[in-house]
Amino acid sequence: MQWQSWQAFFNMGGYAFFVWTSFGLTALCVIWEVIALRSRNKEALRLTHLLAQDAFDFSQE
Amino acid sequence: MNSAWLTVLKRDLLQAYRRRSDVATTLFFFVIVSSLFPLGIGSDSAILSKIAPGVLWVAALLAGMISLSRLFATDFADGTLEQMLLSPQPLFLLVTAKILAHWLVCGLPVVLLAPVIGLQYALPNNAILILVISLLLGTPALSLIGAIGAALTLGARGSGLLVALLVLPLYIPVLIFGALAVSASQSGMSPQAHLSLLGAISLLAVVLAPLATAAALRISIE
Amino acid sequence: MKKIIFALGFVIAIAGAGLMLFVHGAKYLSVNIALVMLGAALMRQSAYFADTLFHNASPQTFYPTAGKMIPWFAWLAVIMAAYGLYISFAIAPTDFQQGEAYRIIFVHVPAAWMSMVIYLAMAFWAAVGLALNSRLSAMMAQALAPTGAIFTFLALVTGSLWGKPMWGTYWVWDARLTSELILLFLYLGFIALQASIDDPRKADRAGALLAIVGTVMVPIIYGSVKWWNTLHQGSSINMGAAPKMASTMFEAMILMALAFWMYTIAVALMRVRCIMLERERHANWVKSIGSEGKP
Repeated sequence: MQWQSWQAFFNMGGYAFFVWTSFGLTALCVIWEVIALRSRNKEALRLTHLLAQDAFDFSQE
Repeated sequence: MNSAWLTVLKRDLLQAYRRRSDVATTLFFFVIVSSLFPLGIGSDSAILSKIAPGVLWVAALLAGMISLSRLFATDFADGTLEQMLLSPQPLFLLVTAKILAHWLVCGLPVVLLAPVIGLQYALPNNAILILVISLLLGTPALSLIGAIGAALTLGARGSGLLVALLVLPLYIPVLIFGALAVSASQSGMSPQAHLSLLGAISLLAVVLAPLATAAALRISIE
Repeated sequence: MKKIIFALGFVIAIAGAGLMLFVHGAKYLSVNIALVMLGAALMRQSAYFADTLFHNASPQTFYPTAGKMIPWFAWLAVIMAAYGLYISFAIAPTDFQQGEAYRIIFVHVPAAWMSMVIYLAMAFWAAVGLALNSRLSAMMAQALAPTGAIFTFLALVTGSLWGKPMWGTYWVWDARLTSELILLFLYLGFIALQASIDDPRKADRAGALLAIVGTVMVPIIYGSVKWWNTLHQGSSINMGAAPKMASTMFEAMILMALAFWMYTIAVALMRVRCIMLERERHANWVKSIGSEGKP
């Protein structure tokens, strides 16, 4: 471990904004993509269930 | 085969002649866009002559692009395009006739008007000559590559702007070499390398773009 | 087909083992172990893959297969990312010139690599779909596009965030950043074209043609931008010179790239399943999924 303290780790030698924004934005995009896909999948499955029951109202799509 | 090619060419030129206003709008667009930049940036002729290669090339590029959606749309609407698909002549050859007509009507006038605009931008005479040559070499490539975009977006929603989004990234090499040729001649260096690369891209486009356009037409019309 | 996959696995495993033995001893160990495992898995599963390759070419059979594959790739991504991030922050030493800001490369470079790899993969699947007229390949291309665009966007943003501490400015018109920007336009054009065409099969084919034209143009565009950059070299910034890197830095970058790759596969499989459900709604197999289980 090369960091003297957690404080030094978060500070990133003064470049905290740049480093943490980069990694944070990457993490955010990853999380957002996964969440968006899960909700898309749920919605698609919901419509599939409705379709299977012939309860699908096409005006709602 | 030759007569079919010539017929398509003559027909397109005749239609363009009948709708002269469409041709004129392309030319006016070029003039207006080139006039906007000095109004936005200032009339300092030193600055204007520095930005002239890029600005004039972008203006020529945009002017060629707005007329692209008309390339196949009218023929698609009245069923002529379908007849071309069904005809025994190879589609990509008929497509070259249409693209040539488009270039004669939209590209060539820009090339001919460019010296006037170049004077507005205080370009030296040798630079104006290179500008004309570069446009002459480059605008065919613009028409050819643009035809692919026009064919892909045939019948799609919002096709006017969509063509722009598809085709502008592909125009970038032509823009770069064309503008570099003019700025090279401005600074006294030889524009030969840039012009030859520009010519190479145009030749490559002549060979490949009609095939891609024909394929795109078949996809769009099926 | 089985022999081809077996041979491919064999080659990958031998490459991993050979690299492990001959290149810098224990350094890149994690990467080489990953390669050996991948190769061994391919060899072991070659018969299964060969039999199921064309069997899985229809959406109906690929839907459950993809569902089973997703957790594997997701967990591989998590493990590799965890280890990669650990090396990036805890092991890789502080750079002499750039201080701590250089650590951004551990997401910037992998994102840039992925943006290019995904475009090629997308164009590949689109071309396969066009040539073989298969729906699933085209759906795969459609599934890859948004992830590729996101990585391109991340490469641009992290690149500019790296540029500010390094060269004092948020944006530099150098060849690589400018090419990334153009690549973003190509992705957006592909997505926009497919979104604007109503008929899905027509959208598939039009997108495939656009992707192929884009792939042909990308070397020309990159070459012209590089040419443009060298001639307009106003500033003395030379982003092209890659700094001499400690091997730990390189290892971390490779690991993060592999993590992004596994993540891409997992996410693309998730998305292609959604696309399959949406586009094949009328098919019986979708209806049977709908009627099983609770709504």
